[in-house]
Formats: sequence, structure tokens, C-alpha cells
Amino acid sequence: MTRSATASSRGRAGWLAGAALLLLGTGALAQNGTAPATPAPQAAAPAPGAPAAQLIRIGFLRSYERRLALSALDIAPESIGLAGAQVAIADNNTTGAFMNQRFELEAVTLKPGDDVSAPARAMIEAGVHYIVTDLSAADTLTVADLAAPAGALVLNAGASDDRLREVDCRANLLHTAPSRSMLTDAIAQFLMWKQWRDWALISGEHENDRLFAEAMKKSAEKFGGAIVAEKVFADAGGARATDSGQAQVQRQIPVFLQDLPEHDVVLVADESEVFGTYIPYNNWVPRLVAGTAGLTAGSWHPASEQWGGAQIQNRFEEAAGRRMQSKDMNAWAAVRVVGEAASRTQSADPAMIDAFVKGPDFTLAAFRGQRLTFRPWNWQMRQPILLGTQAAVVSASPQEGFLHQVSELDTLGIDQPESTCAFPG
Amino acid sequence: MRNWTLGALVAALGLSGAGPAHAYKIFVSNERGNDITVLDGTSFEVVDTFAVGQRPRGIAVSPDGAKLFVCASDDDTIQVYSTADYKFLGTLPSGPDPELLVVSPDGTRLYAANEDDNLVTVIDLTTGARVVEIPVGVEPEGMGISPDGQTIVNTSETTNMAHFIDRDSKQIVANVLVDSRPRFAQYKADGSEVWVSAEIGGTVAVIDAASKAIKHTVTFEVPGLRSESIQPVGVRITEDGSKAYVALGPANRVAVVDGTTYEVLDYLLVGQRVWQLAFSPDGKHLFTTNGISNDISVIDVENDEVTQSVQVGQQPWGVAVADVPATTN
Repeated sequence: MTRSATASSRGRAGWLAGAALLLLGTGALAQNGTAPATPAPQAAAPAPGAPAAQLIRIGFLRSYERRLALSALDIAPESIGLAGAQVAIADNNTTGAFMNQRFELEAVTLKPGDDVSAPARAMIEAGVHYIVTDLSAADTLTVADLAAPAGALVLNAGASDDRLREVDCRANLLHTAPSRSMLTDAIAQFLMWKQWRDWALISGEHENDRLFAEAMKKSAEKFGGAIVAEKVFADAGGARATDSGQAQVQRQIPVFLQDLPEHDVVLVADESEVFGTYIPYNNWVPRLVAGTAGLTAGSWHPASEQWGGAQIQNRFEEAAGRRMQSKDMNAWAAVRVVGEAASRTQSADPAMIDAFVKGPDFTLAAFRGQRLTFRPWNWQMRQPILLGTQAAVVSASPQEGFLHQVSELDTLGIDQPESTCAFPG
Repeated sequence: MRNWTLGALVAALGLSGAGPAHAYKIFVSNERGNDITVLDGTSFEVVDTFAVGQRPRGIAVSPDGAKLFVCASDDDTIQVYSTADYKFLGTLPSGPDPELLVVSPDGTRLYAANEDDNLVTVIDLTTGARVVEIPVGVEPEGMGISPDGQTIVNTSETTNMAHFIDRDSKQIVANVLVDSRPRFAQYKADGSEVWVSAEIGGTVAVIDAASKAIKHTVTFEVPGLRSESIQPVGVRITEDGSKAYVALGPANRVAVVDGTTYEVLDYLLVGQRVWQLAFSPDGKHLFTTNGISNDISVIDVENDEVTQSVQVGQQPWGVAVADVPATTN
């Protein structure tokens, strides 16, 4: 799987085989032929005497089940996250060809509710030192705790729960996924920059919806926005899509929002996909919508092409047959963290790589206009957050004017002075 | 806008009649405008604008000054135009998404970086044919060439390396790891050093051309600016090697660096998001493309002063200078 990903990203690999010889690390990539004058369409053997490439294995543990959404466009594709990890493996291997390093992805997909311990144990016992996860908060913690005795690192590319960065933080658990509070802070900064200060908050009743609403309220407090009203949208069950279509939505949603006091923006907290998508354009009064619907926040956007983003979008689309989403970016970044540290240390030794990742010199370039680094107090990756509609990127936070003594990126999410994370030892 | 352009054109034509017979032209690629702005090297006024392919970025002029090569990134070709009358002369087989290119000092070869395919394409300019494609790291971008044409340096933005390629064997002879997102490679005129900028790393690596070792890493610090916003891209070094100029992107400044001690001497405030640089043929002026303010800044090299800025097209990206008369009449 990983080999084919590498080959496809290079395009005409066979034709290239004879075209060039890489003097350094000739043994690393089979398609780099050893005789430049003679075209060799088939993969050539590594140069005699060249050392075998050092192998770095990266596990990917995720839970996926096709889940309906209010809009068919919001249904997560089967390869969500995984495709980002695969593109990053191909990127790591292209660089690895010059470093005599080779990266392999070992992916396991579970269904929600499946036991995560057994596959996690199997990976750790097989000597996998890096495990990228796209799991629930509870399962992410389980994997991190299983990995700890072996000294393995877990890179969380899926769970946005703040508790994983706070009370439940772990010394071997790094987060490339932004936390909920980073996402809500990104939205709040933008709304304050626009001077749209009065917000009506509509939340779903499921746990994740409430967590998003709580984060949104803290963001309001942090940046001076006013929550002028709160309502909970009850999940009455029923189908996500029906043959009678939008008719009832257009009649019922305005009535539900009719009693809100004067507000600039409706904030929606509906990670569960119960009602959020129905809010824009169905309000009682004409107001903009942000949160999990309308203007949404993420580590990435399928339309982002700024900051060299066109290149990653192009090679992602070529590999995956679709546009890149936030979870793909989180997984890409997680696998690239390992690749970047391996090339910087010129080592496949986990001790060297881990020390570099957790050290002060680690940075990652990830198409968002500035370097990404880790917060040493809870191992959250600092990153700009993109704000967009379904079709386009609208802005990127941190917004101009939100200053910070260390990094403006630390205006997003829970900052060190407020952090409750305490690593043991 | 049209009136203004026309006015500038008339003014430039009038000037050229009275000015010296031998002057030069400045070409600026406008990434969003899909066109090239032409400026008179004497008056620094816009004398013409002509449409090219989609998303023009890297541009270069042939050593004889006659041809302009334009990377039309979204058309997947390199276009060739006459620097005299801007006539379209043809296309070169660049491979997909060409971004930056260099022409060999003898004018026989062109080397282009193909960002999407991790390749450097070599084109024979006497036949217009693609000679070979050389696999390099992820997202190749910067292209430099040694003064003798023997060594080509490509930078790969996600692999973070400067790849040294031998002209004759077309093989990579060395890979030098530099800081994050290397954007540009520039040789000194005496061939002794290659300077490689790292946009996200915020540094410039000075690489010894013979040993391929990094001799020095130049860092930048501008009071009042956070370090993340200092993003080095374009690099140019004076003919005598005494001073280097580094465009610092969203820091809106060009750094002046001592070519011998590597000390940063000054920061010159230019337009917004400054990316690429080019010297005038006599080395007395340096031009910068400022992508967000839609202008170029003119720097007086002797005094390290920004003397003026000139509005060009939408989102100027690349700049090249042709030592040809500014007008044909």
C-alpha cells in the first residue's frame, strides 16, 4: 500500500528509472536505477554494497463507520484521515530516498464501539513506536496508556476533546488535531474582529454538542463576545433525510428561533448532525451563522490553496480521488512529524526522533503560512485555524491584533497559565 | 485605470525619445492578473502590459536578452515571448505546474522545477525538446545555477533540501538539508557559495559550493515583528559578492546582508509580501515584487535606500530584467 502510494505520487516512475541516479542513498528507493545511461524501465535492485534503508514503522488506528449527515456533502468518506496519512508516508519516502530511510504505514480500521486494546497491544508488541490515532477521546487515552510502558508515542489526529490536553493529558500523547477550544477561539476572534459581538447559541443535546457549546461560551468570555441567549435543540430522532425534503425545515426552524433576543450571529453547536445544517437561511431574522454550521473552523479546508496549499491539494487529490479535509491534514501532519524528525536527526532511532520532536527546535511546515510547533506543557500542536463556508476559505485565525507574549498561535485554545495538564514525573 | 495606463504609456514613450538610446526593460509576472507588466529601466514607468498564460510565476530572460521565459503554472507550460515586441514565440515542454526556472549562462539549456511531480525538467533550448526529468524531493521550487553552468541547485520545499545536480551526468551529486521550506537558491558570481532561503525556517543557509557544507546560517530579527512573520524567499547577491539581498515575505522588508561576514546590515521597508528580486544590468538598482500591495519597489543598491514604488498588475510574483532597448521606435 505505501509503496504504491509512493509510485503514484511520482507519476511516470518507470520512465524515470533510468533517468537519474541519486548518489546519496541509492539503496533507498528501488526505482532509482544505478546506470543513468541505460534506461531501465523495471525497478532496479539497490546498488551493490549500499546499506539497506532504515525502516520506520508508523501505526494508524482509527474507528470509522459511514454515518449519515444532514447534507450528503458532509458524510465523511471511507478514507477520511487515512488518505492524509498515506500521502504523508509517500512524502516521507521521497525525502527518505535521500536519507536512506523508509517509512511504512500499518493501518487498522475499527468500528465505533469495537475494543481498541487488542489491536493497540498487537501494534506495540510488534514494535511499532509511533501510533497515529483517529479515535474517540476514551479510546485515544486507552491507546496512550497501553503505549506508555513501551515508550511509544501516540499522535492524536482525531479527537478534539480539550480534556485530552488538560486533566487527561499524557506525556506520550501528542495532538496534531486542534482542540475544540482552539476551533471556538478561532471563530470568536474572527467575529470580534468583525465587531459582531452579540451571539445566540443553539446547542444540540449530545455530549459533543455540549462540549462545543461550553468551549464557545469560554471563547466568548475570553474575547469579549456576549452570549445573549442559549437554546437547546432536542434530538427527536427520526431520519436525516426524507422524501418531503426541506418543506418542514423551512417552516419549523424560523419558529424555533423566533424568540431570540437581538443578536448579530447565531452560533451552532451540533457536532452530532441533528439540526445545524438547517439553520443558515432559515433564521427568523436575517443573521449570519457560525460554529459547526455556516462559518466553520478547521485545521484545513478543501479549497485552501494559499501558502503553497495548491501543491498538497493536488497530490492529495491525485492519490485519494477527492479533496483534502481537516482530518486528512491532521493525519498528514502526524506522519510528517515523524518524517521531519527522522530527517532532521538523520536517524531512525526512536530515542533520537522523540527527543527532537519534544525538543525546542522542532517545527513543521504545513501550508498555513507559518511554522507549526508543539506546546511543551501539553503537546498540542500550535497551528493557524482556517475559517470557511462549504465552498471557500473566508479567513484564518489568529486574527490581526490578538497578541501574545510567546506566540500569537497561543491565543487559540487553553494557554499555559490556565492549563491543568500536569505530566507525571 | 485604463486612462492611467494610457497616460503612463504616453509619458514613457515621450521620455524614451529624449532619454539615452540604450536602456533596459523590467518584466514583472502578475500571478493573479495572468499578464506581464513591462517597465522602462530608465524611468521605472510602466510601458506595456501583455497577457500570458494562466498563473504566471517564475520568469527569466535569455542571456542575450531577446527572449522572456514565463512559467505559466496553471497551463503546465513554459511560454516564450520576445522581449522586443512581446510576441508569443512558442511553448516549452516544462512538465506539470512549473514554478521557477533558470537558464544556463550559455543560453542552451533551461531548468524548471515541477512542484506537483517532484521533478526538475531539463530542456534543450536549441531544439526546444525535453532532455530529461530528474526526480528530486517533495515540492521542488528554487532553481539556481553555478556561473560556469556545471551545477544546478534545486530546493525541495517539503523535503527541505538543496539538491545539487551535475549538468553532464544529470545526476544528483549532493543533498544538503536546510531549514524548513527552502524557496530559492542563488550562487555568488564567483561560484564559491550558494545561498538558500528557508521560508518557514526563517533563515538563509550559506553553502560552500565545493564541500557542500553549510558555512553559516543567516538569521533575521526585526524589532516589533514576531519571528514567524519573517519568511525569506528571494535572494540576490551583488556581482562583487559584497552584499546580499533577501526578500522577507510578509515581514515587508528586504534584508541587506554582508556577503563576507554574513552579518545583517539593514532592513529596507518595501511593499507587502515581498517575494522575488532582480538587479538592473548595471547592478545599481534592485527591484522587488510585492504581492499584496500590487507594486514593485526600487532599491538604490549603493545607498541601500528604497527610492520609489511602482504599481504593476495583480499580485506580482516574479521579476526579470532584459538588457534591451526599452522601446523599438
